[in-house]
Amino acid sequence: MSASKTDWPLWEVFVRSRQGLSHKHVGSLHAADSTMAISNARDVYTRRQEGTSIWVIKAEDITASTPSNKDVLFDPANDKVYRHPTFYDLPDELKNM
Amino acid sequence: MAGREYEWILRFGDDALVLAQRLSEWCSHGPAIEEDIALSNIALDLLGQARALLTLAGRREGQGRDEDALAYFRTDREYSNALLVELPNGHFGDTIVKQMLFDQFAVLRYEALANQCVDEELAAIASKALKEVRYHAAHSTQWVVRLGDGTKESHLRVQESLNTLWPYTAELFEDDAVSKACADAEVMPLNASFKEPWSTQLQNILNEAKLLNPESTEFHTGGRTGRHTEHLKSMLAEMQVLPRTYPLAEW
Repeated sequence: MSASKTDWPLWEVFVRSRQGLSHKHVGSLHAADSTMAISNARDVYTRRQEGTSIWVIKAEDITASTPSNKDVLFDPANDKVYRHPTFYDLPDELKNM
Repeated sequence: MAGREYEWILRFGDDALVLAQRLSEWCSHGPAIEEDIALSNIALDLLGQARALLTLAGRREGQGRDEDALAYFRTDREYSNALLVELPNGHFGDTIVKQMLFDQFAVLRYEALANQCVDEELAAIASKALKEVRYHAAHSTQWVVRLGDGTKESHLRVQESLNTLWPYTAELFEDDAVSKACADAEVMPLNASFKEPWSTQLQNILNEAKLLNPESTEFHTGGRTGRHTEHLKSMLAEMQVLPRTYPLAEW
């Protein structure tokens, strides 16, 4: 790794592909600050017209759940089928559900 | 007039083509992978502009030459780009200062074409390219400010880049029989008309970047009439070797 890479913090990039959809995580990159991060994200992740909006956030500012807590956090939802909205008929016009 | 317009569009296309080729030399050599991709994107934008402009130049000439004939089968003496764009890349600061000086000019030239040009095809190319070059200008200008107002070393190095490249800027604003004929025909304003807005914009950038305006009064010129620096020939040799060795080669 070059010196410039160790100096630049890591940023996570979120791109909204169309109006009405939410921003989706697309990857990460290095940049000196948020302006450069947006600029780099534009070049790295929206070259093929993927986006209408970009968010960047410093990777160190994200708090993540730990994999060892997986059982406690997620397993209790396993047998609660009534939480899934599977008993509704969706109208055909409704996209992106 | 048709001949003059051909010559004028060719100059314009050559600026884009030569700068695209130069900038593409950064591919896989960028200071960081993100910047590598940015420079390659910009090179590809410029190549797209060059293709559109050379194709149009060939049509206006009316001798059956297409973009490839103009790009690959002319010698350096027949190229009419400005000297600034053919200069070697140097270090990243040199490249980014060169880009900024040219991008700010390119924005003004495309704006004028998109808004005022009586040649509708040329105006359409300019409208599309204008969005691209506005981004190029934002990118290079942002970097000049970062480096100029950065560390002591980055400041010294881009100031030196600016001083070295400065003598090549005046050529952009020169007029001759070709540009005057095009101005008379309302294809394009005189190059000299861009000098003042360019200088004002540049002064704002230099102030923000804490860089000093170079005081050099010796300027180089000659690119528009085919009198180039020693650097263009070797660059074209690399660019043209394949189609010249295998004239009918196809992908």
